[in-house]
Amino acid sequence: MGILIYGFINSAILALLAMGFNLTFGISGVANFAYGAIYVFTGFLVWILINSFALGYWISVLISLCLAFLVGVFIFYAVIRRIKGMALSEVIATFGVGIAGMELFRYFGFIGSKYGLPPIFGGNVSIGHVTVDLQRIMIGVMAVLLTLFVYLFTRHTKIGLAFRAIAQDERTALTFGINSDKTVALSMGFGSALGAASAILILPLGNITVEGGYDVLLNALAVCIVGGLGSSVGIMVASGLIGYAQTATAFFLETHWMMLVSLIAIAMILTVKPSGLFSQQKELEERV
Amino acid sequence: MEAKKPQLRKERIDRGIKVRADDIFALNSWREVIYLVGPRAIPVVGLLVLGPFLSAYSREILISTASYALLAISWDYMMMAGLASLGQSLLFGIGAYFTGILNHYFHLPWFITIPIATLTGSAFVSLLLTPVLRLRGVYFSMITLVLPLMFMRLIEATRILGGTEGLTGLDSFPNEWVSYYLIMFALLLALFGFRRLGDSDYGLIIRAIKDDDRSVMNAGLNVYWYKAQALFLGGCVGCFVGAFSTHYDMFCGMPGFALDYSIMPIACTLLGGMGSFAGALIGAFILVPLAEVLRAFGALRIVFYGGFLAFSIVALPEGLFHYLSRKYHQIERWVEVR
Repeated sequence: MGILIYGFINSAILALLAMGFNLTFGISGVANFAYGAIYVFTGFLVWILINSFALGYWISVLISLCLAFLVGVFIFYAVIRRIKGMALSEVIATFGVGIAGMELFRYFGFIGSKYGLPPIFGGNVSIGHVTVDLQRIMIGVMAVLLTLFVYLFTRHTKIGLAFRAIAQDERTALTFGINSDKTVALSMGFGSALGAASAILILPLGNITVEGGYDVLLNALAVCIVGGLGSSVGIMVASGLIGYAQTATAFFLETHWMMLVSLIAIAMILTVKPSGLFSQQKELEERV
Repeated sequence: MEAKKPQLRKERIDRGIKVRADDIFALNSWREVIYLVGPRAIPVVGLLVLGPFLSAYSREILISTASYALLAISWDYMMMAGLASLGQSLLFGIGAYFTGILNHYFHLPWFITIPIATLTGSAFVSLLLTPVLRLRGVYFSMITLVLPLMFMRLIEATRILGGTEGLTGLDSFPNEWVSYYLIMFALLLALFGFRRLGDSDYGLIIRAIKDDDRSVMNAGLNVYWYKAQALFLGGCVGCFVGAFSTHYDMFCGMPGFALDYSIMPIACTLLGGMGSFAGALIGAFILVPLAEVLRAFGALRIVFYGGFLAFSIVALPEGLFHYLSRKYHQIERWVEVR
């Protein structure tokens, strides 16, 4: 029972982490390696707003989400737009930006256990014999809600439809008057905002650390590679698989081994089906 | 009527010494021989002769510069085949641990451990990455970024090979000149060897794989086999650096998989210019001493590398070496457009 519930929550965490990365990649083909940096940035930003500026929780969250969105858009216009289409350059440049961002926090001394975010609701509930804190329940609920939101957003709003058009065929989308630069910038922004949202939800479970940023990137990559980059269904299935596998590993072995599960999952999926479980990319064209 | 401003364009003319290709020259005088040999002699003479005249501290920096330059050359070679690795630290770490194991558990001397670790380490990495070789571009980068971090976790979790402490008290080189000349000869060998290889027919295939792998397949060549070879060759260089550093520092441990060894070589190569190997060398000789100066700033160093990476890929896509070699080999002048 414990494994079932905590496994579900772990899957929800992974899905939340991967969602933003996947949104950006699925739409624009930009692998945003600065994703972990945005996650850490949001965590510290909320902490600073609450503790140094004495703002309310919800206001801080709102400001951080908006700022994360702007950072995403800024990275696009400052860096990616100039090298768009050269996948390797994009990866190296965003990786550089991400590292610079994360290590800057380390330089300014944001290390230690005092950096933690408050949970949205305190307290515990019991499901059967298992006690779960409300924050973890919130994560589960929010993961479902955000997935639903992204689904509806990409199908029933003008921007969302533009996203899907760019994802399917950029040139045809251009002929319909969709500004591809603007749309990709927005997708970077939304991806970053989703990453920020996941940071706000997940970080109360532990401390905000710079290393956490690298872990987030690794987890997001693992889920996306296993699920197939650019596929929403794949993300859900893959986060379910890896999430339960990790929880079971932590339960039967040790927590140290949890990260290795993702490695083994990646290695297995790459040997068996390199395009991922539910990839929308054409296998020959994009990957091999 | 206002006089029309003459429009100018820049005309570039190859120097007469060049016959047709980049590597064929017609030599008529000693001056031209010097013109050709000069730039090539600078690294050879500089690296081999300079050593004894430097202080021990500068020599240490020179050795660490050479190590990064080798890693950068190995990154450049893998990049030539279209393998964009974000994890040169994987090569470094594997080379270091293989040497550490051979020296710590089997008590082999350095002149046996280094060659063995170089070859087996590289073979191990190539085997490890074989399933990923089919992936192009971004996907390969992702895996190479993940792997060294995973190895760190693995060692941390299983506490094998000394765990977080690493293997300490390993043999060092008999004297500092052995270490100095070993790394310098390796650097020169890698530099000129890879440059030579890049100009050969074999190098043409390797470069073609990056530009258009499907046309290489059309030519009836097995792309994956060539990629595996490129990975092995580049891996040898990376693993050698790991093996060398293990004996030099008398230590191998988890820092071998640190991000430093992944980012720095890329930054060096991008600054110096990709695909020329000499660019990697120039970049290393600018960035590593600079990093040494910045060491006082602690974590800011990595901020600097990261920012530099993004900056150089956006603002200096060509790199220093290509710029310099153009200036050296060509006469430029402004001519009026008629």
